[in-house]
Order: sequence, then structure tokens, then C-alpha cells
Amino acid sequence: MTNIHSSAAEMAAALSKNETTSVELTKLHLDQISKVDGKVHAFLHVDTEGALAQAAEVDAKRASGEQISPLAGVPLALKDVLTQKGIPTTAGSKILEGWRPPYDSTVVSKLKAAGVVILGKTNMDEFAMGSSTENSAYGTTQNPWDLSRIPGGSGGGSAAALASFQAPLAIGSDTGGSIRQPAALTGTVGVKPTYGGVSRYGVIAYSSSLDQIGPCARTVLDTALLHEVIAGHDERDSTSINAPVPQVVAAAKKLDVKGMKIGVIKELNGAGFQAGVIERFNESLDLLVANGAEIVEVSCPNFEYALAAYYLIAPSEASSNLARFDSMRYGLRVGDDGKRGAEEVMSITREAGFGKEVKRRIILGTYALSSGYYDAFYGSAQKVRTLVKQDFDAAFQMADVLVSPVTPTTAFKIGEKSDDPVAMYLSDIATIPVNMAGIGGMSLPCGLAAEDGLPVGFQIMSPVMQDDRMYRVGATLEAALVSKWGKPILANVPDLGGK
Amino acid sequence: MAQISRDDVAHLAKLARVEMTPDELDHMATELDQILGAVKRVQEVATSDIAPTSHPLEMTNIFRADLVKPSLTNEEALSGAPAKAEERFKVPQILGEE
Repeated sequence: MTNIHSSAAEMAAALSKNETTSVELTKLHLDQISKVDGKVHAFLHVDTEGALAQAAEVDAKRASGEQISPLAGVPLALKDVLTQKGIPTTAGSKILEGWRPPYDSTVVSKLKAAGVVILGKTNMDEFAMGSSTENSAYGTTQNPWDLSRIPGGSGGGSAAALASFQAPLAIGSDTGGSIRQPAALTGTVGVKPTYGGVSRYGVIAYSSSLDQIGPCARTVLDTALLHEVIAGHDERDSTSINAPVPQVVAAAKKLDVKGMKIGVIKELNGAGFQAGVIERFNESLDLLVANGAEIVEVSCPNFEYALAAYYLIAPSEASSNLARFDSMRYGLRVGDDGKRGAEEVMSITREAGFGKEVKRRIILGTYALSSGYYDAFYGSAQKVRTLVKQDFDAAFQMADVLVSPVTPTTAFKIGEKSDDPVAMYLSDIATIPVNMAGIGGMSLPCGLAAEDGLPVGFQIMSPVMQDDRMYRVGATLEAALVSKWGKPILANVPDLGGK
Repeated sequence: MAQISRDDVAHLAKLARVEMTPDELDHMATELDQILGAVKRVQEVATSDIAPTSHPLEMTNIFRADLVKPSLTNEEALSGAPAKAEERFKVPQILGEE
């Protein structure tokens, strides 16, 4: 019997056997949202009417014998960074409060075409800038494992929705780890595809050379199924790769890593990482070896500069991208008294509409791009980017995939790092290099840390457009871990009740 | 020595069109100074022989045929406008400023 704890693949199978309907499944999830989201705060907007209408449409198509896609009728939570026609879209910012986009992002068009039911929009750090959702203008999301802790960020809403069974599928965006870090901290699966693998059309841009949309779920196979729905070339995104989508679903069903070389990145396995994180990571390496993989150690000496380079490149691109919020065509306008000029109104609006971290990054980016500092800061950061890519290229000569822990620690307490931007930035130390090089990265739950009982994430990285490799390794490791535990990791998540 | 002063931040805020209160300027100057102290590490390895990378993929410009395709109606395009008049965006005065 399918229920909210089932995987998306199980829900899809039950639908195709007419054991349940999409309307029924959607109602179950809407019920769960009304029961637990008062505590979790994963959603910024729930589209009850729209979701039920979409579900009824899928049910009617199925009843009429029409050919429908594998995930048709399964519900999903959408990160509020993607436009959905007529549905409030804020990117977690006050400057877009009340805005209803007049068009669908490509990812939303693809989800709708596949019959995936969109339940609502999930919370995030404002404009995806943050690692905890504490920068959302609409309040922090709580981690279902421990409501006093952050769920990670920026996509904390999507990850928390999965971990509290409010949706079996979700969409995230990953600029420096915003899919993978929340997945790690909530015991869920998240994938940042190869840059250009999924269209960015209709995604509210943060740092365009790093931003990538990706699938989130509770199992590797579900993530793969969603990946194939949203990926593919789009002429509306000039950086979209015009090549066949990697066969990630087939890879997630392979469950075999015999002879594969797994490269452990020396620099991301030791100093600065919580003992319980390293313990779970090493245990997973042993399981991969037991399944026939070979472990090799690789060195990426320039990764220690990646974080610094990221915090120059991303704010620089953000300062340019966020110039579009000028109060003229959409969004907030403040101070237009008929006397003030356009530029003054613009400045007053941006003061009122942007939060602290967004302002900080706009100013930092403006500084890094200004004449006199450009070469020393932005120019140097771009050179570091070259070095990080070279490190990856060399490492992939020695291994089929690379692995590391996703985060240095498990989920921290709400408020613990919110006054220390540099400490907060360190959360992304292991995820950022992937974005710099445009390769694929997956976060997979690999157990609970002994010292705090909180989830730990295992990161798998694959070369450009070889995303299938990380799914193959991820699915094999997941199967080994679940068989060892005797149950999925989320069986341990506290019951948020509300019954 | 501080990398960035309060006056620098005020100037940058003006360039970026973000008003800031005196209190915000104080805080921002201290925080940015800390952040710049951390990120300037990139200079340690960014030698002149390394080519910069602006983008993860090597790509050239992509062109498409210049054809008229269906697009948003006027009404849709104006649907989120803070103010509109005569089927246009209505904006505060642009000319006549100093």
C-alpha cells in the first residue's frame, strides 16, 4: 500500500496499476503539509487548488488510456527560485513579494508536460544566498531531524519537505552547494547535474556561471527519474548543452561498481571535519570496496583557494544580476511620491527590499568588479577557477568518480552562525569546487554521526556530462547502506505528529 | 590596515543603488573587511601565467534565426508592474534630475 513514506517510484507504480489515483496521493501530501508544516516551515506557498486540478487531469488522461510519462501523478515541491505562471514567486525576498510571474520556467513546463503535480513553492535563503535558510525574508525552515537546527541552504525548504514526507520529489538550485548541503543535513538525496544539463530559463539568477537546477528526492532512483524529466537542451538558455541527457535512470538501476575507481580527495577528508562525519564517510568507502570498487587517493591542492574564489565570483555576478530589481517593471516600489527621481526610488526600494546578506554580497561584488580592484580580486578568482578545473582534470585521470563528505559538520543550531558570515561560508567548502568546474555532484545520506545522531552526506562527483557515473555509484552505495541498516535512514526521523 | 573603509562602503552602496543607514554602513564596513581579508587569499596562487576561466564550459555564441514567435501580451508583460499607464510601465521621472 503506498503512503507518504513510499518512494516516488513506488507511487508511480501504484498509479500505473490503478491501486491509487493522483488526486488521492496529492490529498495525502496536502494533509501532511497541513499537519507538519506549521513546525517545519518548508513551504512559502501551497497551491492546493492547482495541485488537485493537475492531479485530476493526470487521472483523467490515465483513465482514457492516454500515454503518460513515468512520474505522472506524483507530487513535487518546487524551490521558490523558479517561475511558475500565476503562482507567487519570491526567491525568498521581500523585493518580489506578491509577484506572480506571467510565464513558466522551462523546468516547470517540463514537469507539467510530464504530469508531475506541483504542490507549492519551498523556502530558501534570499536569492539562494546562504547555507541555512536563515536569510529568507519569510522566516527560517526547521530541520525535521531536530527543529532547533537549520536544514541547510539555500534549498532548505525543498530538503525539509522531503525529510518530513510533505513531498516525495523536489527541485533545487545549486550555485555553491544549495542542493547538496541541505540534502546532507536532512538525510535526503540531491544532485547538481553538469552545468548546462538542465535549463536555467525562468530561474531567478544568482551567479549565472555557477547556478544549476537539479533534482532532489529520498532515493537515488527517484532522483534519477526526476533528473530525466527536467534535463535536456533548451534553446532559451544559451549555456544549455546540446547533447543527449546521460542515462541516469539506467545507471541508478545497475547496482554494480566492480572495477570502478573511486578517488578520495585528500584535501577534503580530515582537518576541519567533524569526527562523526569522517567515520561515516570511511565506512561507506569500505562498503564500496566490499562491492568491488577500488579506492585511490587523489590530491587537489588548489581546492583550499576555491572558497575564497567563490566568494568573489558569485557576489560579482550577483551584483550584476540583481541590478534587474530596479522597481520599474515588477516587484516592490517604495518611495515613489511623485517628486523623487527614478534613481532615488530605485535606491530606496532596494534598501527596503533586500536583506542583509544580499546587500553584503552586492556591495562585495561591486567592490571586486570596480576599476583598480578588478585584477586583484575578480581576475585572481578567475585564475583560481582555472586551477580548480585543472585539479579535477588530473584527478579524473586517476579515478572514474571522486568522493568526499558533503559538509564539514552535521546540521548546526539556528542562530549559531548567523552573525559570522565567514564561518557560515565554510559550510560549503566541499561543495563549491564542483560548481567552479561545472561538473556533476551528488549528496547521498551515509548514516548518522555518533556524537549527535544527525545525518551525514556522502558526496560523489562525476566529470562533465558523465552524470550517470555518480548515479551508478550512489545507487550501489545506497543499496549496501540500507541493507546494512535494515531500513532507510529516514525511518529514524522523529514523527512530527500533529495527528 | 583595513581593506575597506566606511566611506568606501558608502560609495559602493551609491554605485549599487542601495540606500544604507549609518548603522548599516558601520556594520557592513567591518564585515566586508573580514570577508576581504579571507578572500584575498586568491592572490597567493593567481600568477600571471595562469589564464582566467570565466565559465565552466567552453562555448561560443549561439545564434538563432530572427523570427517572430508568440510572446507575452502587453497585459501579461505589465501584470507585475508597480505602476502602469496607457499600456506602458509608469516610472518616476528620469529627466530633470541633477
